[in-house]
Amino acid sequence: MLADKDRIFTNIYGFHDWGLDGAKKRGCWNGTKGFIDKGRDWMVNEMKASGLRGRGGAGFPTGLKWSFMPKVIGERPHYLVVNADESEPGTCKDREILRHEPHLLVEGCLIAGAAMGCHTAYIYVRGEFIREREHLQAAVDQAYEARLIGKNNVHGWDFDVVVHHGAGAYICGEETAMLESLEGKKGQPRMKPPFPANVGLYGAPTTVNNVESIAVAGTIMRRGATWFSSLGRPNNVGTKLFCISGHVNKPCVVEEELGLTFRELIERHAGGVRGGWDNLLAVIPGGSSVRMVPAAQIIDTPMDFDSLSKLRSGLGTAAVIVMDKSTDLIKAIARLAYFYKHESCGQCTPCREGTGWMWRVMTRMAEGRAEKREIDMLLDVSKQIEGHTICALGDAAAWPIQGLITHFRHVIEERIDQYSANPDHDGAVRHAAE
Amino acid sequence: MSVRRLHSVQPEGSFAFNPENLAWAKQTIAKYPAGKQASAVIPLLWRAQEQNDNWVSKPVIEYIGEMLGLSYIRVLEVATFYTMFQLAPVGKKAHIQVCGTTPCMLRGAEDLKKVCQHKIHHEPHHLSDDGDFSWEEVECLGACVNAPMVQIFKDTYEDLTPASLEKLIDDLAAGKKVKVGPQIDRHHAAAEGGPSTLTDPDLYKGNRSFTRVEPPPPPPPADVAPAAAPAAAVAPAAAAAVVVPAGTPAPAAAAPKPEDIRPVTPAAAAASAQKAEAVKKEEASSAPGTVTTEKAQAETGIVRVTKDDVVKSTTPTPLSEKKPVEITNPQAPEPIKLAEQKPQPARAAEAKAAVKPMAEVKPVEITNPKAPEPIKLAEQKPQPARAPSPDGKPELLKKPKGGKGDDLKLIWGVGPKLETMLNTMGIWHFDQIASWTARELAWVDERLEGFRGRAKRDDWVKQSKKLATGWRPENAVGDKPTKKK
Repeated sequence: MLADKDRIFTNIYGFHDWGLDGAKKRGCWNGTKGFIDKGRDWMVNEMKASGLRGRGGAGFPTGLKWSFMPKVIGERPHYLVVNADESEPGTCKDREILRHEPHLLVEGCLIAGAAMGCHTAYIYVRGEFIREREHLQAAVDQAYEARLIGKNNVHGWDFDVVVHHGAGAYICGEETAMLESLEGKKGQPRMKPPFPANVGLYGAPTTVNNVESIAVAGTIMRRGATWFSSLGRPNNVGTKLFCISGHVNKPCVVEEELGLTFRELIERHAGGVRGGWDNLLAVIPGGSSVRMVPAAQIIDTPMDFDSLSKLRSGLGTAAVIVMDKSTDLIKAIARLAYFYKHESCGQCTPCREGTGWMWRVMTRMAEGRAEKREIDMLLDVSKQIEGHTICALGDAAAWPIQGLITHFRHVIEERIDQYSANPDHDGAVRHAAE
Repeated sequence: MSVRRLHSVQPEGSFAFNPENLAWAKQTIAKYPAGKQASAVIPLLWRAQEQNDNWVSKPVIEYIGEMLGLSYIRVLEVATFYTMFQLAPVGKKAHIQVCGTTPCMLRGAEDLKKVCQHKIHHEPHHLSDDGDFSWEEVECLGACVNAPMVQIFKDTYEDLTPASLEKLIDDLAAGKKVKVGPQIDRHHAAAEGGPSTLTDPDLYKGNRSFTRVEPPPPPPPADVAPAAAPAAAVAPAAAAAVVVPAGTPAPAAAAPKPEDIRPVTPAAAAASAQKAEAVKKEEASSAPGTVTTEKAQAETGIVRVTKDDVVKSTTPTPLSEKKPVEITNPQAPEPIKLAEQKPQPARAAEAKAAVKPMAEVKPVEITNPKAPEPIKLAEQKPQPARAPSPDGKPELLKKPKGGKGDDLKLIWGVGPKLETMLNTMGIWHFDQIASWTARELAWVDERLEGFRGRAKRDDWVKQSKKLATGWRPENAVGDKPTKKK
């Protein structure tokens, strides 16, 4: 088990002062100038050596992303945009950072900014996080006041932090949609290329990073990339905030080492599965956008990027949604289908029309009012959506349904049988469509 | 996407910020680069909504557009795109946003909706009779570990039950002060009854400092050249365990351990005591393999046998080498004869993986790499005489008897895909299926990836009994078993 002294977010539960004084006592802002003085390349290399993979869901190496920014600052300024538009169902880790560890984030912004030649950072906080935004803004103000950031600050790198916010659009968590939204438009994703590192916010080179990826930067520099990469498993190093929700006895957010098994995670921190391990049905291990995994497969799987992608699922944002045997799986996934239908930005036809179509079919299937051949049709349509849209929302809408059909087709079939066996049901399909 | 329109009844007259908000708006616009004032549209609209009784009317949109130099349509599309802008009047005392997405649904959000329907209005976005309350279902509000929850204006109310939500609504209606955050005995996102972590008081004494763990000096370009490049970025244990002045690798055992440095033990593995033995093995197998350990050994005078194949295995993938943990203390058991070990390209990770129950069964026995469930296949050891298996596993054949299996597609409900699946499991003949007991049938049924439950529902045993006699159906897809109601 990860020792408390190896945890990065030591005030994640908010038992202590989140302000500047409290943060400094816990080690934040300690030695920051030293790293910045070592120069851009050193910082980028340190990030690369740490092996940190982006904490926003895709797991792209953060150091590598930083290195994509132009080496020389040209006519256009460089921007850092921090993605605090946390809205993936199941995920609530950034919220805890914003309200209880805001200084780690502000410090991380400065380091990341200096490492990429940015003098301005925009932190895009989701609209619903109003109190969280107030904490963050207060922390930024404290940092300005103490001359930790701002013009002519003590660190010798001029740096402004602007706290911006959205207004309830999930799609703005997609990096180019976020840039559009920051520019004051509807959050509709842009085509790539050009990538934001070349043409991003206001047409200038921009890097978009998740809150957690940025907030760990300071501690990585302080304790060394070597320390960070010694935690976890190869290629899946470091610590990660897990959000354990659903049918566990004690849901919570907890920082743990990557690669501990699902069983260890739940037993140690969440008080076990409701009704015991035999009562576990399935788990969505990385936020709603990844495929679910049946109980038998996940129990002893290490919770990290590579192990979960081997199960055709993913670590995503490490938002573990646990479902016990009382769960109506079809309904649970139908609800997610509704979520994606609601959140589709409407730009690409396959997603705009497809998410609604899938939701309607899923709703019927949850009742059993469907034909068995429609299961395959649904699977097929989900594959027509996946990969045929500008951004990954189409994929994200397709995967939960694919996961359900892969692992629990029999449940859908049984539901259909049950429905059609009842002659009272209107429009019951009496014969299996095979 | 959600289709949203402006409210049918719009207020007369115009809207303007009050002086306080106007000053704030000017300050906000100034945060963005010159000429990019459009960026402020969401914050300004939001502020205007707060001033305008928590909803956005047409005059608000016009006012914001004017202020930012944007045409009406640009602001209108923003106001209709982002769902937090309320386009209709909301309750004066509370507009309750119930999170209804799956994590909250799993913990009872539907009951909360019923409370709102009962106490406020049957339909969302409608005012209660007194105009004080309204409600809507919203998508994930990002407080999933505190599910189910609602948000009312700026604050969230978490860990609700129908009863506590009713009380909350009543208290708000009565103008009483209400508790925000979790409504049960719980601190924010920490587990109920106290957190399982962050209990070490030393973290909060106020004098925390860190010692940087520096990477070791790059290893000399030796016979293990391929490893050298990634190794520069790598964390060998000797250096990771002890903060050593660069260039002077000290004997790891003798050096003191600073408090804040992670003790070098294979943490994940050592965590569970039952794996202790496996860990030893892992240390043994990984220790000789690592460049730096060899180096440390040389320095400490502990010289170990290195066989050729050991050296071979030290040209590791950079990834597996990144794990300093493997290299552990110098008292690690002597390297075990490698003959015992299967040659494995990447050592530590694999060795570790091999201890995990999941992967345990992976290696040898798999007959067909495409088999849907290798785990089960691995269990397929040749059984001398067929005794009923305790877990209900039926007789499985590696090859069809006589070189050719029966056409299982003749079983009604079995198509080409299921046939392949059955064949990979080791089921080739009707008589095999015909002999199954109920338990064996269930065993197979469980393993029909994507088709679970078919074997029982379509009564394969009965069908196969008939087919095994030599009888053939008229139709190539088989005869549908007549089901008794």
